[in-house]
Amino acid sequence: MAQKSVERRDLRAGKMGVYLRNNWQLYALLLIPIAFVIIFKYAAYPGMRIAFMNYKPAKGFSGSPWVGLETFEKVFKDKSFHTALRNSLIFNFLDLIVGFPVPIILALLLNELRFDRYKKVSQTILYLPHFLSWPIIASVMLTLFKPETGLVNVALMNLGIIDKGIPFLTEKWHWAVSYLLIGVWQNMGWGSIIYLAAITGIDAELYEAATIDGAGRWRKIWNVTLPCIRGTMVTLLIMNLGRVMGSNFERLDAFGNVQVKDFQYQLAIYIYEKGLAGGNFSRATAVGLFQSLVGLILVLASDKVAKKLGEDGLL
Amino acid sequence: MQAKTVKKTSAFAGVNRIRVSDLVIAFVILLLSLTCILPFIHVTAKSVSSNTAVMSKSVYLWPKGLNFDAYVSIFRDGQLTHSMVYTVIVTLLFTVIGMFITICAAYPLSIRGLKGRPVFAFILMFTMYFSAGLIPEYLLYKDLGLLNTMWVLVLPLCFAPYNMLIMRSFLASTIPDSLYEAAKLDGASHIQTLIKIVLPLSKPILATLSLFYAVGRWNAYADAKYYITAKSLQPLQYLLSNMVLNSGNDAISLAESAAAESTPEVLQAATIMFATLPIIMVYPFVQKYFVKGAMIGAVKG
Repeated sequence: MAQKSVERRDLRAGKMGVYLRNNWQLYALLLIPIAFVIIFKYAAYPGMRIAFMNYKPAKGFSGSPWVGLETFEKVFKDKSFHTALRNSLIFNFLDLIVGFPVPIILALLLNELRFDRYKKVSQTILYLPHFLSWPIIASVMLTLFKPETGLVNVALMNLGIIDKGIPFLTEKWHWAVSYLLIGVWQNMGWGSIIYLAAITGIDAELYEAATIDGAGRWRKIWNVTLPCIRGTMVTLLIMNLGRVMGSNFERLDAFGNVQVKDFQYQLAIYIYEKGLAGGNFSRATAVGLFQSLVGLILVLASDKVAKKLGEDGLL
Repeated sequence: MQAKTVKKTSAFAGVNRIRVSDLVIAFVILLLSLTCILPFIHVTAKSVSSNTAVMSKSVYLWPKGLNFDAYVSIFRDGQLTHSMVYTVIVTLLFTVIGMFITICAAYPLSIRGLKGRPVFAFILMFTMYFSAGLIPEYLLYKDLGLLNTMWVLVLPLCFAPYNMLIMRSFLASTIPDSLYEAAKLDGASHIQTLIKIVLPLSKPILATLSLFYAVGRWNAYADAKYYITAKSLQPLQYLLSNMVLNSGNDAISLAESAAAESTPEVLQAATIMFATLPIIMVYPFVQKYFVKGAMIGAVKG
């Protein structure tokens, strides 16, 4: 506050020089991160022009001809692009629908849990999967779910429930379910933190009033807790909607195999395989540009909607 | 104190009797927690069991025919241990540089009177919402001579705007203005104020963000897949994905070069645990810092 008013006075006196003399160090500090993002991020933006060129790596930027929107026309007619786009949208939506309620339910359960020590330990354990890399998770799951030798299948067969191993991660429909559930599982603990924080902020008097009115536990959850965290829920839902175009390359790559290609083939995989692995730089850049643009529009739109609903936006 | 306020906000406040629903809730939480821990116990048990026990599929959660041959093979082969040391170095560099840049960005942006603050914040944040895409970035790093060097794993990702936001909101909300005022009256420059006053008061958030950076780097491998072909420069997670996931070609080579006595299955389990144990061992001690960071992040930057 004091600093602010001092600076105000400097400005009012019309002494830009004084202001700068007092604050140049702040700008010098800022120069470091700004230079950094310019060198390692912004400098890549001009490279996006190869989406409008027929780029040949051997010839470089200057040797490759401009082709206008031709690459985009090709992309939008490309069957494998349609598959990738469809898979991305479907899986991200399903991720959202299946994955959204679970952290909320978990937070409610944890909040109602009465044994403090037990609660602390279980929270620590539930957050763990969030800190493990996708290769670790995928390889552990593969060990667990292999049709012939995986623990789950062996146990089910020994119990006589099934007589042939279920291809949880090697047949596309099974894979789709496993992939989604593993995603939910990986994120549920970590996702519950934000709701727990919101619940902690609820005024205790509301509960006392509800108790006096004779409300039981479930009534209080329904009529006090849930309405009080509605804002957090709406904000997170909208923000996640804004991200349905993005897909996590590492998660897809780690769980990928030949048998599930039909579903695993999403935009991130398309860009990697066509571009870096296949050498079709122009096409991969065009799809990347499309993905970035739609993603940006979705984020901006969801931020607007959130703010219109009276919630905190993202930006 | 903490526990008291938490209890108060629970819908259960005021009643002390343990009811059936308490036990049901505790049981559901138990089941969920088990799903997070049993898979790792199983793989650990497998990795230290005898080949015959694993082949006969009789290893569940407890090792049978306890032996450490698979781990001996891993150390004898040296590929994974080399990669582990290398990944530690990359992670340390990444974290130190990332924290330095984050502090340089967050401190000025947390000061309310700073002119042009929205513009600078926008420049730093924009890349989070609109990325140039894989190929343009690949070409840029190629031009910068970063491909197939350790630095491509350090520099491009080591400034995370999101972490900067967390730090900024921490500084703006916890450092009282009177401290800045006092520092100014004492004739301290901004940088002196930062080093002598702000940073010592920010230790918890510095710990949290360092861990965010470190874990992020430790776990990421997509950039290694994009930008690195030299085997000696591959981080541990990428090596793991090559050995266990992508048809396991490298795992076979590991078994051959180490003249391993273990079957591929045991060797795979040991490889997975070798890459997992560092995180699992450190995690319980640093977990509370992560939660703190998630809370501040939730409150919004």
